Amino acid sequence: MKVSLSWLEAFVPVELELNELTEALTMVGLEVEAATDRYDYLNSVFVGRVAAVKNHPNADRLKLCDVALKEKSVQVVCGAPNVTEGMLAPLALPGTRLPDGNTLTKGTIRGEVSEGMLCSEAELDLGLDASGIMSLGNDLPVGENLACALKLADPVLEIDLTPNRPDCLSIIGTAREVAAIQGRKISVEPVDLSESGREIDTYTSVTVEAPGDCPRYTARLIENITVAPSPPWLQNRLISVGLRPINNIVDITNFVLMEYGQPLHAFDFDQLHENRIVVRRAEAGEKFTTLDTKERILAEDMLLICDGEKPVGLAGVMGGLNSEIEDTTTRVLIESAFFNPASIRKTAKTLGLNTDASHRFERGVDPETTPVALDRAAQLMLELAGGTLVSGVIDVKGQLPQPPTITLTAEETNRLIGTDLKGHEIKHLLESIDFHVKSTSEETLDVTAPSFRVDIARTVDLIEEVARMTGYNNIPRTYPLVAAETRKASKALTERDRIKQIMTGFGFTEAINYAFMDEGACDLLNLAENDDRRLFVKILNPLTEDQTVMRTSLIPGLLKSMHRNYSRQVKRVELFEVGKVFIQKNEQGLPEETEVLGGILSGSTSPLTWKVKESPFDFYDMKGVVEGLLNTVNIGNAAFSALPDDLCRYTRPGHTAQIMLGNTLLGLVGELRPDVLKAYDLKQSAWIFELDLTRLYSLIPDFNQAGVIPKFPATSRDATIIIDRAVEAGCILDYVQGMEVALVEDAAIFDVFTGSPISEGKKSVSFRITYRSLTETLEDEVINKLHKEITFKVIKKFDAGLPE
Amino acid sequence: MERIEQIEEQAFTELDKAGTADAIDTIRVHYLGRKGVLTGLMRNISQLPKEDRPFAGKKANQVKGLLEKALNEALQRLETAAQASEDRLDVSLPGRATRTGSLHPVSQISHQICSIFSGLGFDVAEGPEVESDYYNFEALNFPKNHPARDMQDTFFVSDDIVLRTHTSPMQIRFMEKTQPPVRVVVPGKVFRCDSDLTHTPMFHQVEGLFVDRGVSFGDLKGILTAFVHQMFDEKTKLRFRPSFFPFTEPSAEVDILCVMCRGKGCRVCSHTGWLEVLGSGMVHPALYENVNYDPEQYTGFAFGMGVERIAMLKFGIDDIRKFFENDIRFLNQF
Repeated sequence: MKVSLSWLEAFVPVELELNELTEALTMVGLEVEAATDRYDYLNSVFVGRVAAVKNHPNADRLKLCDVALKEKSVQVVCGAPNVTEGMLAPLALPGTRLPDGNTLTKGTIRGEVSEGMLCSEAELDLGLDASGIMSLGNDLPVGENLACALKLADPVLEIDLTPNRPDCLSIIGTAREVAAIQGRKISVEPVDLSESGREIDTYTSVTVEAPGDCPRYTARLIENITVAPSPPWLQNRLISVGLRPINNIVDITNFVLMEYGQPLHAFDFDQLHENRIVVRRAEAGEKFTTLDTKERILAEDMLLICDGEKPVGLAGVMGGLNSEIEDTTTRVLIESAFFNPASIRKTAKTLGLNTDASHRFERGVDPETTPVALDRAAQLMLELAGGTLVSGVIDVKGQLPQPPTITLTAEETNRLIGTDLKGHEIKHLLESIDFHVKSTSEETLDVTAPSFRVDIARTVDLIEEVARMTGYNNIPRTYPLVAAETRKASKALTERDRIKQIMTGFGFTEAINYAFMDEGACDLLNLAENDDRRLFVKILNPLTEDQTVMRTSLIPGLLKSMHRNYSRQVKRVELFEVGKVFIQKNEQGLPEETEVLGGILSGSTSPLTWKVKESPFDFYDMKGVVEGLLNTVNIGNAAFSALPDDLCRYTRPGHTAQIMLGNTLLGLVGELRPDVLKAYDLKQSAWIFELDLTRLYSLIPDFNQAGVIPKFPATSRDATIIIDRAVEAGCILDYVQGMEVALVEDAAIFDVFTGSPISEGKKSVSFRITYRSLTETLEDEVINKLHKEITFKVIKKFDAGLPE
Repeated sequence: MERIEQIEEQAFTELDKAGTADAIDTIRVHYLGRKGVLTGLMRNISQLPKEDRPFAGKKANQVKGLLEKALNEALQRLETAAQASEDRLDVSLPGRATRTGSLHPVSQISHQICSIFSGLGFDVAEGPEVESDYYNFEALNFPKNHPARDMQDTFFVSDDIVLRTHTSPMQIRFMEKTQPPVRVVVPGKVFRCDSDLTHTPMFHQVEGLFVDRGVSFGDLKGILTAFVHQMFDEKTKLRFRPSFFPFTEPSAEVDILCVMCRGKGCRVCSHTGWLEVLGSGMVHPALYENVNYDPEQYTGFAFGMGVERIAMLKFGIDDIRKFFENDIRFLNQF
């Protein structure tokens, strides 16, 4: 909402300085975003007196002028035919940014210095005359700033209004707030109309078929008007608040809209079939062309203004092309109505058509202003377009909203806002903004809001007004006493933070990707048609094509992040993300939201240094991270095993492990398939892991119980066996551990070898078993015997051979 | 006797000058060797008068011990010095690198906000990101076909399911499950259909709710001032100004004096001198009706803030989109 200071002053003298006014309005809830002056560009343009005019020595058509300002005089080269000694004209000094976009500089024209420019009306955008320099008459003070001298300076406030304050969507409404701030009341000149001739009823009629959507419709008729451009003062008012002048009739409706906040419409009366108005709901699919020349297809709950045969306006939103005011129009029917806010909003929203009128109607206009604005428009039309006003007014009135009377006590006011106000103080505050207040006792008030405050419905609305007018900064700051009662934080909250910290300790950087992705991402990951991750939460109004669904996997986001780094020459990528994935399991209702930890790894373990050779990451780097993470959160017994090839289609077969804890699948770790990398334009191997945190959180023990730290020494024995290549070495360890031999403390693989001399299809695996007793130092013989037994069992179990 | 003292002095003087292992060994042989001076002397003690013998013997042994110790130490010193000159590290070379990552700046700030409120006695809770129209709007006093819905550009999943536009739905969800007193903050992702230098379609908020007997707007000012002072600095000036949110009344925006220009007016604060950091207000009675709290007994306040906005101010970041590009060089700065 734009409000010019001069327009405000038509209703209330502004006593505050501009910066005080903007601050004060902001602090009563009318946030002033900016205060601008559209004549700011005239800051360095002054009233100059042409003191002397000489011929330019080097150019026939140019003159050398001495132009006097207050204390100095400058030489200006001028080519205007009308420049004469003694005249007053606007002088723009260097630095002036002219409306055509050029910035004036000091220059030399044909060898003579020119220290400014004498300007025409057109050059300063103050008129259309470009034939010569602008003559300023004889009365203006020489050297005065031009905008001040011509009284053009007019700051315009841009106010960001909240939706609860439609009453301030007008100059008068804003003036009321300014008046309240200054402890005054606004003054609005009453409208005085002279009517003549026959009663309006004999010309026309208004039938409201949908009284619920249109509780009030008023109209007046003016004959013999002349459509012409508006006078400059009116055009200037409209331009100052960002509206474009069209012609006097249309401009007047817009002027009154801005002045009172009541949208009006002017119909060419002779274009109305049967010269009458019918207000009805549209038929489904009915077509109508609005003023902006677009054909609209209507729904059955949209409200139409019709003549005797066809629609002529989309009620409260936009007029029709077919009854527009033309230059030839002589009779005008002015409409001022009150439409149901919800109905207008629905129509405007459905058609995507937000106008100055719909913006106000959907927020709520003052039902009592309907006839006032009508008369104001009629008055201006008579003044500015001539014509005669037909006697009487049409006022079809149904059930209008009535401001409720609300009881307010000082006690409940003070309780909510923490003040110590007395009943009479509250009364004073509310009366300053035109509320009607009746004291029923010392501390109890009966309050009725003025008709323009359509937002006031309950006690708390009044308390807000009291707080607002008290000034939030005048309400004392207090600190509540808080009972020392708290609830235990959820496992997710505590463990998530820990897991993130652990990941950063492992060298990973936390990424946050958008929770959207595009459906095609599933194809890029080769997901099966029946994969759950194709059960999308689809967004009906996505911003871009790659944000059409909620993500069902973190992998596409991590791949995109890797790509962005890769394309910026960051080749070592260690990223992780914690976030939700969304699976729409049921057709309706909310989706399943699962929290997942994902990571991606690519590049080399370290850049080449004097100490460490650059060595590329491999599967076991990624697996090591996952193992380290699980160990740190005290999940020591997760099992990694080969994932059947068809279960994950975006990681390489044979290079992917599933992670199980008992029978619970926690996630997977593996190398991305080359075709997936290619799809994301990546030319470097990468490994990923995914862990289902929603499952993991519940499995993390609160505490591990302390165990016994052994006192007696451990001894280890090695063994090397030859087994089929397909056998997972990890199975050997699992098997050894599974024997549950008390003296076996640990088992580990320390070498795996394939190739000559090991025969094709076989591999040699060396493992080390650590033996320890908690009660004694073990004798060699005991260990040797035990190791032999275990090795023998392993050989038997895995059909192994021994190295030659 | 004098001879022993003479030998002692002489031996130590020579030892002081000895710079090589050979020299030290020569001294050892000269004094303590089988034919050494001190050895010879000790052998001759038996020829001394009887009354002098114990004293001389003791003295000779003492000198022998001291000399042996000094010889060994000298040798040791020499060896250490030799080692040190041969085996010196170039400590200017970099250490063997450990890989270090970092938490996302948004995570860091969100965590800091929640920690501050934890310290003030608030619980932390979380809620769904895909939300029903009821929790996101209706129960928060945004009626259908109300212009207040325009305040938030909404992503729709269906007529009655949306991507939550704020963390406020958790006010309702939390109150439905909990009897007052309620003190809770809710961090999380939110979504709005908007994208430019200062808006991304997804961002993070922290919501807060405090409901108890006798909670007033003055308390709201107190708690949020305490928060701002901890989050920024204790001298940060703040102002509360009237605003509108359907789910609070009275509502207040909280501005802080611009951290960039200290109120003089700059690009960051759009030349107003103030930065909007929080939305807040007293919980609207309509919400209590929706969760069956008695508004005669309980009052409270709610607040919400954008995490990215605060992170941008604290870290001096000028483009919100950088948070979601995940450029590792950007992320590792924080």
